[in-house]
Amino acid sequence: MTRSPADSKLLESRMPEERRYALQPFFGPGRADMTQYTPHARRLRMRVVETGPGMAVLTLPYHDELIGDPVRRVVFGGVITTLIDQASGLAVACAMEELAAVATIDLRVDYLRAAEPGCDLFARSECYKLTRNVAFVRATAWERSPDDPFAGCLGTFMVGANQGGAPFGRLIADEAAKS
Amino acid sequence: MSRLVDAIPYARLLGVEIEPGEEGFECLLRFRDDIVGNARLPAIHGGVLGAFLELTAILRLMDADGIQDVPKPINFSIDYLRSAGPRTTRARADIFKLGRRIAHVHVVAWQEQRDRPVAAGNGKFLLAGR
Repeated sequence: MTRSPADSKLLESRMPEERRYALQPFFGPGRADMTQYTPHARRLRMRVVETGPGMAVLTLPYHDELIGDPVRRVVFGGVITTLIDQASGLAVACAMEELAAVATIDLRVDYLRAAEPGCDLFARSECYKLTRNVAFVRATAWERSPDDPFAGCLGTFMVGANQGGAPFGRLIADEAAKS
Repeated sequence: MSRLVDAIPYARLLGVEIEPGEEGFECLLRFRDDIVGNARLPAIHGGVLGAFLELTAILRLMDADGIQDVPKPINFSIDYLRSAGPRTTRARADIFKLGRRIAHVHVVAWQEQRDRPVAAGNGKFLLAGR
């Protein structure tokens, strides 16, 4: 198919400008302060491994308190929900040009297999569509290799959910206060 | 039932309790600072609510006849209906269908008023050894 000049002009006008993300200064390896405003993430010793445009990777170190099946010593399924929810909230924040508070609308976690006992857990979430009101995410979780996940997830988040402010907004405020 | 909760370390971490309800039992999650997700509101972490719903579903299945092992979740989906504030949360599960291999369970969680739920869950579990 050949393009008329009008078509190419249209294409040009649709070319996205270089997007500036609100959390862009934080993209790259995770920092310890990225979970400091989420008490339960801190309680579980969750850490941010990496963030980038619309994505986040988190890790949860294995410990006995997380066990759901005492016989098999497998981590409780709901713990994986917590890790994925946390990673997904951060992925949504990482997709925003202007930071807004987010709230989970729904999550559906598929438990593909049991996580191996004794292994640290990882979750990667990607915000693959952000609209004015709703953010759509997909996530996977693994312990040894991202190519062999033990859980998959789809979720939606409400954007501008409450007046409480974005927890990650405090990171920016803290950073500004430091300099 | 309470002994079952004591046997599950993550249930102990959350401090889940069992109480007799109007029909069957209810699970109870008391508010504590370390279950908070958004410290500004404050609101209970979505993952904690999800885990609480899933635990309630599992306990309900283990309470049913003939199930000894902890049922394995196939998937679990959660609808977050309202922000869960710094209050006690209760949950109740209903077995929608108990098949030979798969069980479908519905769970609802509320805080002050049962008719104003904060979250609802829907899980499918694989039943071993039935």
